[in-house]
Amino acid sequence: MKQTLTGDEAAAIAAKLARVKVISAYPITPQTIVVERLSEFVANGELDAEFIKVESEHSALSACVGAAAAGARAFTATSSQGLMLMSEILFVASGMRLPIVMANANRALSAPLSIWCDWGDSMAVRDCGWVQLYCENNQEVLDLTLQAFLVAESLSLPVMVCFDGFILSHTTEPVDVPKQREVDKFLPPYKPRYVLDPKKPVTMGPMGVPEYYEEFKCMQQEAMRAAKEKLVKVGNEFGKRFGRRYKLIERYHSDDADVILLTMGSLSSSAKELIDRYRARGEKVGLVKVRSFRPFPVRELIDALEHAKAVAILEKDISLGSAGALFIDTAAAFINVEKAPLMLDFICGLGGRDVETLQIKEAIRAAARAAESGEVRKAVRWLGLREKLVGLRV
Amino acid sequence: MKEAPFPESLVAPGHGACAGCGCILAMRQALESLGKNVIVTMATGCMEVVTTPYPWTAWRVPWIHVAFENAAAVASGVSAALKSLGKKGVKSVAIAGDGGTADIGLQALSGMVERGDDVLYICYDNEGYMNTGIQRSGLTPFGAWTTTTPVGKVKRGEDRPKKNLPAIVAAHGAPYVATASVAYPADYMNKIKKAAAIGGPTYVHVLAPCTPGWRIESNKTIEVSRLAVLTGFWVLYEIENGKLNVTFKPPKRRPVADYLKMQGRFKHLTDAEIAEIQRMVDGQCKRFGIE
Repeated sequence: MKQTLTGDEAAAIAAKLARVKVISAYPITPQTIVVERLSEFVANGELDAEFIKVESEHSALSACVGAAAAGARAFTATSSQGLMLMSEILFVASGMRLPIVMANANRALSAPLSIWCDWGDSMAVRDCGWVQLYCENNQEVLDLTLQAFLVAESLSLPVMVCFDGFILSHTTEPVDVPKQREVDKFLPPYKPRYVLDPKKPVTMGPMGVPEYYEEFKCMQQEAMRAAKEKLVKVGNEFGKRFGRRYKLIERYHSDDADVILLTMGSLSSSAKELIDRYRARGEKVGLVKVRSFRPFPVRELIDALEHAKAVAILEKDISLGSAGALFIDTAAAFINVEKAPLMLDFICGLGGRDVETLQIKEAIRAAARAAESGEVRKAVRWLGLREKLVGLRV
Repeated sequence: MKEAPFPESLVAPGHGACAGCGCILAMRQALESLGKNVIVTMATGCMEVVTTPYPWTAWRVPWIHVAFENAAAVASGVSAALKSLGKKGVKSVAIAGDGGTADIGLQALSGMVERGDDVLYICYDNEGYMNTGIQRSGLTPFGAWTTTTPVGKVKRGEDRPKKNLPAIVAAHGAPYVATASVAYPADYMNKIKKAAAIGGPTYVHVLAPCTPGWRIESNKTIEVSRLAVLTGFWVLYEIENGKLNVTFKPPKRRPVADYLKMQGRFKHLTDAEIAEIQRMVDGQCKRFGIE
């Protein structure tokens, strides 16, 4: 049934449909509606779960770790500073292989304080061993959150479902909400591989001496590799049941494109509209959207991009002192590929700045110029920057 | 075959605790009192490190370690899962040292108690960051030498009194708060049993010497622990639903110097400094109605 939902509501409804048993969360803008809705579901008896109203995000994730280890399907949600406060436990949760699912409404990091969208928060923890999925719209928020539980629990990997703060979290869209019984068929109850139970005592979270630590990390990396296949399989299964199929990346008029925009999240929507206009004029411009940033779809991106002359990467994050995270990983994907496209990185939309069509056009023009000349003068650029304010030409 | 006179210890031998460690004793006594139907969440610290070097474990009960400051929050999560999954008869127990409780873990503990979560929290207090090599914590007593409160020309050990943590927990309205000592196992184990039986957040704070940290011989653990109580330096009490009950009153209080002089960490103290500590102890005993 179609409902008009914000991204936050879509995440909360997905958690409810997944019949989570323990929710532990702390309010932060723009995630707040997620915890409000889930509180209502629990208060109304619509959701049979324990909601731990913790005193911080650090405790929010810590309690999820305890709950998951004790055998409960656990869910949390956060944004920005909250994710930073969780960061220590993010690594522990993945290291302990606990299949926690988290909604992250992407928001910029302080300082200066900003409640608005960019991907700086989740990108800052991209090495934390969580699967990271980025949503284009509110339907994806709901669908990917449901899939996240299945992927997480089958591989013992935590999953973070990221969606743009305000742009999705607080904007209503029609969302097809599947029926509970259909979801129940898709997502069976959580059966933990190992569980804290006096009947069969296990020790979780021991000290890993140098003779063992590296192997633990290698096994996590192996699970991430397996997650690529699993995400596709689950995305297919979801498609069969609900009519919407999901892959690691999405290609939009990119197969014959000379210039390809590569981006994630809600930026893809604006870009797709623009691509249609280029196509209408017969120009070979396409789009590739990364849905799974972790695991990073190296093979899929090589397949999707290698024929292009130039790739313009649009991203709402920057690894200060280096470049945007999507650019870094995409460039690395091509390091041993004979014929790689030229790549330009466009940092944009930081701290909630609107990314206008004009700016996306500018990125496409710059990539087209590079394609034509065969060279890239400046690989990392800023889009929509108020140059006068920083006194720089970028 | 005949049954052994004692039940199999739930904290197995073979762990790496120091000879004479007061903390591992506190663990064993607690588990003996609690029995098997528990899930233990332990903060990072000595007891975690010495009991679980992978692939070994000393724990014969389900046990989890996550990080330093969050034992209370993890135990809340365990408790919520047990409730949500309808698993009855299993108690969620959090265990942390003084640093993991009074300093870095205070916020998580406060949250756990304030929410009324069904968790028994045990703080084993060895009065410093002993796992990292004897640094001061918020529970290091006045005058004590540690590596971060060294005795020099200007400073003479810890210059602040010990934080009154049981009082802080009691101020949250916890239904049961108690102090204990490894030298009084019956008192300690009764309190553990009582605390576990009461639903909601309960708290037991046990003083447990660290032989290298306190600079004592490994065969002096119990003697020092007993003197802490007999001098009134450490008072054994419980607060049940707000009502204070001193569970052991030393018949004739010994001078605190007897306690201090046994320990290398206090050996620099002058008579005047010891007199100052005696005044602090006298004040404390007066508040508890101890002669």
